[in-house]
This record gives sequence, C-alpha cells and structure tokens, in this order.
Amino acid sequence: MAEEMRIVLRNMGKIDPLKIEDYINAGGYKSLEKARQMGQEALIEEVKKSGLRGRGGAGFNCGMKWSFSYKVQSEQKYVVCNADEGEPGTYKDRTIMENDPQSVLEGMAICGYAIGANKGYIYCRGEYPYVVDILNQAIAQAKEKGVLGDFDIEVRMGAGAYVCGEESALIESIEGNRGEPRFKPPFPPVIGLWQKPTIVNNVETFANIPIIVEKGADWYKSIGAEKYPGTKVVTLTGDVNKRTVFEVPTNTTIRQVIYDFGGGIKDGKKFKAVQIGGTSGGFIPESMLDTPIDFDSMTAIGAVLGSGAVFVMDEARDIVNVVARIAGFFEHESCGKCNPCREGTKRIHEMMEKLDAGQGSSGDLSLLERLGTVMSKACLCGLGQAAPAPVLTTLKNFNSEYQAKLN
Amino acid sequence: MADYKEIINQYKDLPGGIIEAYHALQREYSYIPEDSIAYGAQVFDLPLAKAYGVATFYSYLKVGERGKNVIRICESAPCHVAGAKEVVDALEKELGIKMGESTADGKFALEFCECVGQCQATPVITVNSKPYGDVTPEKIPGILAAYK
Repeated sequence: MAEEMRIVLRNMGKIDPLKIEDYINAGGYKSLEKARQMGQEALIEEVKKSGLRGRGGAGFNCGMKWSFSYKVQSEQKYVVCNADEGEPGTYKDRTIMENDPQSVLEGMAICGYAIGANKGYIYCRGEYPYVVDILNQAIAQAKEKGVLGDFDIEVRMGAGAYVCGEESALIESIEGNRGEPRFKPPFPPVIGLWQKPTIVNNVETFANIPIIVEKGADWYKSIGAEKYPGTKVVTLTGDVNKRTVFEVPTNTTIRQVIYDFGGGIKDGKKFKAVQIGGTSGGFIPESMLDTPIDFDSMTAIGAVLGSGAVFVMDEARDIVNVVARIAGFFEHESCGKCNPCREGTKRIHEMMEKLDAGQGSSGDLSLLERLGTVMSKACLCGLGQAAPAPVLTTLKNFNSEYQAKLN
Repeated sequence: MADYKEIINQYKDLPGGIIEAYHALQREYSYIPEDSIAYGAQVFDLPLAKAYGVATFYSYLKVGERGKNVIRICESAPCHVAGAKEVVDALEKELGIKMGESTADGKFALEFCECVGQCQATPVITVNSKPYGDVTPEKIPGILAAYK
C-alpha cells in the first residue's frame, strides 16, 4: 500500500490558512530569511541542485529558469505565479492556495530575492473568486507583518481562457491584452511582462521552494524519481471510489494512484482507461498502469504527467464519445492566433463528432492521424501541440473503440 | 446601480487594468454594458477595437445584457461522463429557457463553461461563481430557490 507524503501540503488541515501567525509558528518565513543570508547565486544553485522541475506541466528545471533572469541586467524584473489552473480534472493549485496561501507567497518572495525582483503577480483564474479573496487576505497579513520586506505581490484575475495557462499568454493577459501566446524566443525569463525579465512558475512549484531552502537540495533530491524528484500533488476524478486530492513521491505508479489512493473503480466495474495530466493528456490502457508518474516515465509511454490530474474511465465508457467532447473543448479554447490550431481543432472536432455519431469511415481515422501529427509539430504553443494527444493516443491504444463505431 | 464610468475610473491607474475593470463591471451588472467598452477604451487609451477584442476574447466576460444570476454548467470531460447532460436538461426545464439564454424576468442566465476546478464532485454547476458539486436533476430546484 503506497503512502502519501506531504511536502507541499504539509500544513493542510494543521493551520488556519487565514492566520499568518499559524504559518509563522509552523516555521513559515524562516526560509525566506535563510535564502537572503545564502546570497542570490548560492540560492539559485541550491534550487537547481534540488532537481525541482516546473509543476505546471512543462517540467523545466526551476533553478535553471531562475538563473536566466538573474543573469539579465535590468532595473525591473517580475515574479509571476501561474494560478490559472484550467486543465480539466485539476484542482491541486486551488487546494494549495486554499490551505496554505502563505507558502506560495514565501516561495515567490524567495524567487524575487534570487533574481532581483521586487514585484510579484499572482494570476488566478476568474473561476476562483473565493481563492482571490484568500490570496488578498494573505497578502494583506504578510504586508502588515512585514515578512515580505520590500517584495510586493498583487493578484490579477484571469477570465476563463484556458490558453492563459501558457506563460506568454498569461503575461499578455496581465498586460490587459487578449491572451494570445507570443512567438519564442525571446523567452519570458529574458523578455517577459512589460518587456522585463519575468519568472513564471506554477503555484505548486512556488509552494515547494520554502521547504527546499529549509531542508536543502540533497534532502529534496532523495525523494521520488531520480530525474524528477520530490512529490506531486495529484487530483483524482472520474470513475474511482474516491475522487480526492493527495500528494505522493514521484516514483509512485499509476496503478497505486488509482487503486491505493482512489480505492479502485466505482461500482465494482473494470478499468478501461485513464487520462493523466489534464484534458490534453494521453489515454493510458491497463497494460501501462505500472508506470511511475514522474515526468520522464510518462513521456516514455507517450503520455504526460502534466498538471497531475488523473481522470479514470470504467469499462462502460465510450472512448470515442469522451474524445469527441475533449475535441470540442479544444475548438472552444483555441485562441485563434495560429492557423494550425484554429483550423485544426475545428476539423478534429468535426471528424470526432462524425465518428461518435457512427458516420465516420476508416479514411477519417487516417486523416485524423495525419492532422494530429501536423498540429503537434506546427502549432505555435503547447495548447495546439498537445490538443491532438487524446485523439492520437486513443487511435493507438484504443483503436477497437473507433473500429466499432465506423459506418 | 453604480455608473459604469465610476467603476472603470477606479482602475485607470492600474497597468493593464482593463480586465480588472471588466470584472468589476460584471460584479455590478453581471455583464459588461455595451456602451462601457468605448469608455474603457478612452480611459485605458486603447483603440476601440482592442477594448472590444479583450472583452470578447475571454469566456468569463459577457458583452451585453444577460440575467442577474449566472448559472454555468461545466461540460469538460469529467463532468461530461458524470452526467452533465441530465443536469442541463433539468436546468432548461426548471427555467424554461435553453442554454445560452436568459429568463424573461432577467433573473437567470444559463451558460455552458469548461472546467471550474471542482472535479472532486462532478458534475458541477456554479451560480455567480459559487460552486455546487455532485449535482443531480433532483437537486436543481433546491439550488435555484435560493436565488429566486
């Protein structure tokens, strides 16, 4: 029986999230103090050495990212917390912010010190106005206590655009623009918000920072998978007995997640498929359930860890129908800036609806495969590149479902 | 109701603040009054097309009138498999309108949305952003009664 390991969620249920005193009594803000004593370069080196990789889905080495901004000479730099949690099936960042908002603020302030930024933004999705309230209260308390020093944090609200989870689209949105991704390079750590060096990290990434500074890189690196160390906050949804949130070392397997933490499939039914990482994740069959959830192991089976959403489907689910719905999601969320995504998501949705209605032909299947492959290469940002993944992985791993619905 | 000019003026010194101003308008009106966009463009020194472009890009923002209490139902995959369709049917029946419409008395607007991050309790609806989880057709009249 696999066990939970709470690092990010260490204070959940133990402190009152709206009382900064509770957080301070639990050792909060000691890491920020320690970080300032370490010096910028040693701090960045420590974060780099810990092996912490971005928890938003891209999996880039966090300390490395910070070093890019640190090296740029600029009178103004920014720290941005990506709280635009929009991947269907994901509610981990909400859980973190609702239960321990100060840990996110402290992580941001540590990053601010590391790169030389005195201003931070939290971009919180518009669907979470109640989280915005919590964050604003937490920030007011931190300012009153003076724990953040000269580091200022402001909350900005998203407005229901999934694409704003992409860091350059998020930056555009904070600037008051349509949330359309930028061409890269230059990357945000060099030219970001208002053309200044900007670090955008996910909520969970920031929440990991204080404890890494407190306990050290070697401690952190010893947890979980070697190349993607630490823990992952995972959210379960779909046909499992327990739809819940928990935190596990990254070498935990998919099977353990579904059966040990999720209590197995609901109503005594059999497992059919699991989609991990959000709605752009691949569909995984039974034969791959013993794969560890870490970034590289998931990539190796043609899937992703992504946001850590785990969406389980039982034997009665119609895979083609679910993928058709997902295709509708991407048509809706495509920002329209680049043609391959704007047109591609629309055509994929059209073909998936046709197949779902039993009107499709085997020619449609090969067209889908060709279009999906082109999109994964030609689209401007991660949204369009990942949008075909549910289609491509189900064509591969659940092909009989398509065959059964052909005209 | 507060004048939209006063609401927008509160954000004029906030860099990139037009989206925050639009949110504030929606908190007051439940939608963005069409006339306010031209004023927003003026305050934030933007071409009118751009102020419109921003307002219409984001699905959480609605330009033009809609009902006061905004009911949104998630149709993302986890809610889809958990029976969102039945909840949609129950909402349409209870309110006597179709998805995307508002009731004649101006009390309710009914909309689809994508994931609202409450997937531990699918299917989910929100009323004025307040989430209600594990919704069944039977629960709909009780939930709506509080807003009537």
